[in-house]
Amino acid sequence: MINFSGARGHKFAESPVLKLRLPAWRSRMMALLILGCFGVLVGRSFYLQVLNNDFLQEKGESRYRRDLEISASRGRISDRNGDVLAVSTPMKSVWAIPAEARLTPEQTTQLAALLEMDVKELKRRLASDKSFVFLQRQLPPEIGDKVAALKLPGIGQDKEYRRYYPTGEMTAHLVGFTGVDDKGLEGVELAFQSQLLGHPGSRSVIRDRRGHIVEDVGSIKLPQDGKDIRLSIDSKIQYLAYSQLKQAVNDFKAKAGGIVVIDTKTGEILALANWPTYNPNNRERLTGAQLRNRALTDTYEPGSVMKPFTAALALENNKVRFDTVINCAPGRLTIGTATISDAHPHGALTVAQVIQKSSNVGTAKIASMLTPEQMWNMYDAIGLGQTPGLGFPGEVTGRLRPWKSWRPIEQATMSYGHGLSVSLMQLAHAYTIFAREGDRIPLTLTKADEVPIGTTPVFSQQTTREIRAMLEMAVQPGGTAPKAQIPGYRVGGKTGTAYKIENGQYVKKYVGSFVGLAPMSDPRLVVAVMIDEPSSGAHFGGDVAGPTFARVMGGALRTLGIPPDMPAQMAHGGGPDKGNI
Amino acid sequence: MVRINILLLVAALVCALGVVTSQHKARKLFQAMEVEQERARQLEVEFGQLQLELSTWATSPRIEKIAREKLRMATPETAKIVTATQGGGR
Repeated sequence: MINFSGARGHKFAESPVLKLRLPAWRSRMMALLILGCFGVLVGRSFYLQVLNNDFLQEKGESRYRRDLEISASRGRISDRNGDVLAVSTPMKSVWAIPAEARLTPEQTTQLAALLEMDVKELKRRLASDKSFVFLQRQLPPEIGDKVAALKLPGIGQDKEYRRYYPTGEMTAHLVGFTGVDDKGLEGVELAFQSQLLGHPGSRSVIRDRRGHIVEDVGSIKLPQDGKDIRLSIDSKIQYLAYSQLKQAVNDFKAKAGGIVVIDTKTGEILALANWPTYNPNNRERLTGAQLRNRALTDTYEPGSVMKPFTAALALENNKVRFDTVINCAPGRLTIGTATISDAHPHGALTVAQVIQKSSNVGTAKIASMLTPEQMWNMYDAIGLGQTPGLGFPGEVTGRLRPWKSWRPIEQATMSYGHGLSVSLMQLAHAYTIFAREGDRIPLTLTKADEVPIGTTPVFSQQTTREIRAMLEMAVQPGGTAPKAQIPGYRVGGKTGTAYKIENGQYVKKYVGSFVGLAPMSDPRLVVAVMIDEPSSGAHFGGDVAGPTFARVMGGALRTLGIPPDMPAQMAHGGGPDKGNI
Repeated sequence: MVRINILLLVAALVCALGVVTSQHKARKLFQAMEVEQERARQLEVEFGQLQLELSTWATSPRIEKIAREKLRMATPETAKIVTATQGGGR
C-alpha cells in the first residue's frame, strides 16, 4: 500500500500549482492605472468642456449660427423745407466665384441679358482665374431679384448704396458728392462726413437647413443710420440764384461767376451758387474749373465794394461826417510815385456822394485821415484774413497783410479794395454788419432753430444807419448801380469793378461784383454777386452784376413773403431796367 | 404605485409634446416676424426711392418750364401789382 498522504497530502482545491502567490501590489497597480486613465479622460473632458471650450464651441456654432450684418444707410441732406438734396438708395452688386460658376450657355445668355452685358465679356469674366469677380455693380434691386431668381451656382449678390442728387448741378458745389464706400469727397458730404456716415449693426442667428432664420442668439447690435442734415439753403432761392447767375454769365460771356444769399437775422446761408458747375450724378469728365466752389475757395481783389467800410471807419472815429465835403478834383491823386484816378472825374463830393459815385480819389483821401493800424483792425473785425468759419472744405482766408508793412500808397489802394483779397462769402458776410445794427453774426450752413447768440459789435448803430443811407443812394439815379433797383422795395448796395492781376501785373480783365441789402427799412437779406471776366462790352459791376442782384433779391424777397417797403413806386410802374448809366 | 407612475409618465409626455409644439410655434412666429421685418425694410427702401422720384419731379427747372410753357404763367408786371394794406388799401 502506497501512502500518498505524506508529501502530497493536500486537498484538490488547494493545489499548490494554483497557489501561485502573486504580489498584492500588482493588482492594486492595475486598478490604479485604470483609474489613472479614467482620471486623464475626465481631466481632458474637463479641459475641453470647461477650461478651453472656445474652440469646440466655435466649431459647433459654426454649424448652425450665422452672423448677419445689418446695413445702415447714410443720412439724407435736405434743404430748410425738407426737400431732398442728397439721398442714398440701396442697389445690388452681382459677383461670381468663377471656379464654382459652371453655367449652361442658355444661363449665360440669360444672365448677360439681365446684367446688360455682352455675352463674350461675361464669359471672359467667368473664365478668369481669380477667386472672386464683380460682374456688375450698382444694379437696381428689381434686376438683382431677377438674377437671384435664376438660382445660378457660384453667382451671388451684395447690397450697396448709391447716392442720388435730385437737384443735380444746381446745388453741386454746396452738397458735394461721395466716392466709393460712402466717403464724402466734396462739399457738405465731406464737411459733415462724420455725422452723415451710418454705422452698420450685426446680429447672430440660428439658421435651419433651408436657410430660414430660426432664432436670435446673443445680443443684437443695432445699426446706427447716419444723421440727416438739414441745410439752411432754400431750394427756391437757390434755383433763382443759380439760374440768374447762369444767365448773367452767358449774357456777358464771362469766365465764371458766384452768388451768395444770406439771411441777416439768423446768419443762415439761403443760397450759394457758382458757375461753371457739374452734375454730381454723372461725374465723368470733370474739370477743376467745374469743381471749384468759387464763392468760398477763390479769392479776388474786391475793388470798390470795400469803400463803405473805409467810410464807416472814418465816421466811427469822427474823422468825417455824412456830409463832410471831400475835394475829388481833378479826379487824380498822386501818392509817392503812383497815381490814383477815378473812372469818371468828379469835383467836390460829400462823403455820402463819394460812396454813391464810387470815387477812388475821395476814398483814398478819407483813408489818409486814418492810421494803417485802425484800418487793419477794422478789416480784421469784419472778417478779412479769416475763414468764414463754416467748416466747409477748402474755405480760404483771403489776404490781408500786417499793417506794419503797408506803404502809404498801399493804404490808399486798400481803402478802395485793391491790394487785399477776399472770397465772395467773406464779402457777403462783411455786408451783414451793415444790414444788422453794426454787429457781426456767425454764418451757418445748417438750419438754425434759434437766432445764434454771440454777435461781435463792429460799428455803432449811428454809423451803420448812415452807411445804409449811402448804399441806398448808390442804387438811385446818380449812383453807380441804378440797374440794381427792385420795384416795390428799397434797396441799397455797392458795386465793385476790379482789375485782375496776372503775373503780378494789373491787366485789362475785370471782376464785376455787386453786394446789396434789402428791404432797407429793415434789411433782411444780403445778396453778393460776382462775375469773373465779363467780355461782351459791359464790365462795370453795376451793369454786369447789378441786374442779377435785382432779380435774385426781388425773387428771394417775394419767396420769403417780405412785404414791399416802398409800394408807392409800383403804381408808377418802374421796371428793373429803367435806369441808365 | 404603478398608477402614479403611469400618471407621471403621461404628464411628462404631455409636457414634452407641449414643449415641442410651442417651440415649433415660436419658430413659425419668429419667421413670420422676419418676413414682416423684411417687408418693412423693403417699404423703407421704396419710400426712399419714391422720395427721390418726388424730388426729381419737383425740381425747380421743371416747375418753371411747365409754368411758363404749358400753363403760360409769367411774373406780373410791376404796374399790375396792387399791394393790399391793412385798413382798406385798394
